[in-house]
Amino acid sequence: MSALKIKKGSTSHSAYELRDPNAEVIETHTLAVLVDNEAGVLARVIGLFSGRGYNIESLTVAEVDHKGHRSRITVVTRGTPGVIEQIKAQLGRLVPVHEVHDLTVEGPSVERELSLFKVVGTGEKRIEALRLAEIFRANVVDSTLESFVFEITGTPEKIDAFADLMRPLGLADVARTGVAALARGA
Amino acid sequence: MSGQMTGARMVVQALRDQGVDTVFGYPGGAVLPIYDEIFQQNDIRHILVRHEQGAVHMAEGYARSTGKPGVVLVTSGPGATNAVTGLTDALMDSIPIVVLTGQVPTFMIGTDGFQEADTVGITRPCTKHNWLVKDTDKLAETIHQAFHVATQGRPGPVLVDIPKDVQFATGAYVAPKAARVSHYQPRVKGDIELITELVEMMEKAERPILYTGGGIINSGPGASQLLRELADATGFPVTSTLMGLGAYPASGKHWIGMLGMHGLYEANLAMHDCDLMINLGARFDDRITGRIADFSPRSKKAHVDIDPSSINKVIHVDLGIVGDVGHVLEDLLKVWKSRGRKTNKEGLAKWWSRIDQWKAKKCLTYRGSDTVIKPQYALERLEALTKGRDRYVTTEVGQHQMWAAQFLGFDAPNRWMTSGGLGTMGYGLPASIGVQVAHPDALVINVAGEASWLMNMQEMGTAVQFRAPVKQFILNNERLGMVRQWQQLLHGERYSHSWSESLPDFVKLAEAFGCSGAKVDSPKDLDDAIMAMIEYDGPFILDVLVEKHENCFPMIPSGKPHNEMLLGDASTEGAIQAGGAVLV
Repeated sequence: MSALKIKKGSTSHSAYELRDPNAEVIETHTLAVLVDNEAGVLARVIGLFSGRGYNIESLTVAEVDHKGHRSRITVVTRGTPGVIEQIKAQLGRLVPVHEVHDLTVEGPSVERELSLFKVVGTGEKRIEALRLAEIFRANVVDSTLESFVFEITGTPEKIDAFADLMRPLGLADVARTGVAALARGA
Repeated sequence: MSGQMTGARMVVQALRDQGVDTVFGYPGGAVLPIYDEIFQQNDIRHILVRHEQGAVHMAEGYARSTGKPGVVLVTSGPGATNAVTGLTDALMDSIPIVVLTGQVPTFMIGTDGFQEADTVGITRPCTKHNWLVKDTDKLAETIHQAFHVATQGRPGPVLVDIPKDVQFATGAYVAPKAARVSHYQPRVKGDIELITELVEMMEKAERPILYTGGGIINSGPGASQLLRELADATGFPVTSTLMGLGAYPASGKHWIGMLGMHGLYEANLAMHDCDLMINLGARFDDRITGRIADFSPRSKKAHVDIDPSSINKVIHVDLGIVGDVGHVLEDLLKVWKSRGRKTNKEGLAKWWSRIDQWKAKKCLTYRGSDTVIKPQYALERLEALTKGRDRYVTTEVGQHQMWAAQFLGFDAPNRWMTSGGLGTMGYGLPASIGVQVAHPDALVINVAGEASWLMNMQEMGTAVQFRAPVKQFILNNERLGMVRQWQQLLHGERYSHSWSESLPDFVKLAEAFGCSGAKVDSPKDLDDAIMAMIEYDGPFILDVLVEKHENCFPMIPSGKPHNEMLLGDASTEGAIQAGGAVLV
């Protein structure tokens, strides 16, 4: 668990202390957590976040090694540097957790999210939606005479931008997977 | 032993192979097959409790006094939910406990069956880890894993939930050696570079302090021995948390007493004014730190802990060393010796003279009385009359607990069992039984308050049935003393519901349970009463009627720093000198 080295000089934090919430920078970090795919493991991770008052911005989980029964949980969280260090240490001590990687500090990484957008409309709006989808390289995966379902993959920012554009054009429903992320390079 | 057997037999076999000699439990529908197996063997002794919470506290007492994991067996539903307080207590104080619960059969899970509860769901946040076993073939291995997880790394409670059909079904037994005990192998050796860095800090420190905690006791007697060697070789003062008492002997030359909210003046002032704080297996609990922003403002801090999440959780430290405190102490001593055993002797001499000035304040002084038994006096007499004996002490939670920590001295680890982190009233009586079961010939005393004691008093039945001659030393002030003290100090003396209007007659209660008891209300009769309690061959309840409105001092009021301690009125008059402003 080399990723869990306690960083010297990280900030102090106490649940009992009333702190100025602006006193420390709030950072967003993407953590990759490799766990045994056993019953209740997701509840354990989520329970840790809710029980200790940490934020979850996005969470994805799936088995990535069927033979070894390992799942990869990608969680995007926000907090002060001290809180982020605590989250990593707390995750690291859960028994089914094998590795915790902070992709935000461990070097460059790629983040992708897949989402489906249902856009309902006719006439000009429908054509405009299709044109923008092309620009964003979204695929049409379902179509009726007055609706499309687009599939789009990209960074969360790209998907947010696409959602903003679709809203005035008849955006009816969105399904997002949450972020999956990997470190770049070998 | 291996081969095919029923799940129920497997449970007993796995416990036997884990070296378990005692199980604390209570039968019920969902564990009947296991109880049937227990009936048919003689290797494992079963202690029938009166309430499942009692079973877990007994297992905690057993574990804390032996260093071995405590084992509990209870049924599904209410059996499991009653164990939750004990599990949380063990989690907070890092006590290794293995709890086995029965569960409705697998095909009934989720149907709201009779005595069904989502035990693994309920206990997930209050165990180190838990398992629901759905396949008899995996049962033995899971139990072995449970023992591994409970005892390795930072110890803690684990729970294995076993559906009734899994107990009846036959499967292959796996012996402990053949069991995959998961990847869970916490790091025990500290980083030698960081240890060397700490030695360099120790060599220069003018005002060092060793701040020790329950981790030293959990690490085993070897760690206590190494701590003694370190303190005696360096001459550094030693203080300890409530959980660490006994790791360094109270009679030791470098002992400066317990620290924290009701810790000693000299210990807290030394923490506040030190220039090097070495935290060995403690966790900067809020009862220790007081106001975080003013906690030991001028010191460099090093923290040795087996749990990486303890480091920098509450207090930012300059040097965090992850490892078992016993291993780290061993390496620390080696490095320090190999570099020529250097300390800053001049600085240390000055430091000790300051500590001696703080000691001279005699912060535990209280106003004595010829007519009323002062609780402090009762504990002084208990200490004097039991000191040389093979003695174990448990406590309940409240004023009496703090007085016991202040007035009783412990020269060895594993002799002091108390609920520190969770502060569980009702812990002491069952814990004392657990200790006594593990040490049948020892003198086991539960220092109690009457209110805490009543919370699990049903366990007197267990003590009588299993001939556990536990001594219940009840400091009876007819009040919830600590609550009353806070109401006096913080809530304008409005004593909202902090007294009991109808207390039982404890002597009659003792008789009703089939043991013996006595009441004492005069200081002159106290010694005889204590001796009668000690010498009685069996469980004994001594109802000591004490001063009703005594406050527990010294005290760091909540949210204040160490140097703003309140001292008892007997010792503060005109005596504000060293160490900053002392609030009176």
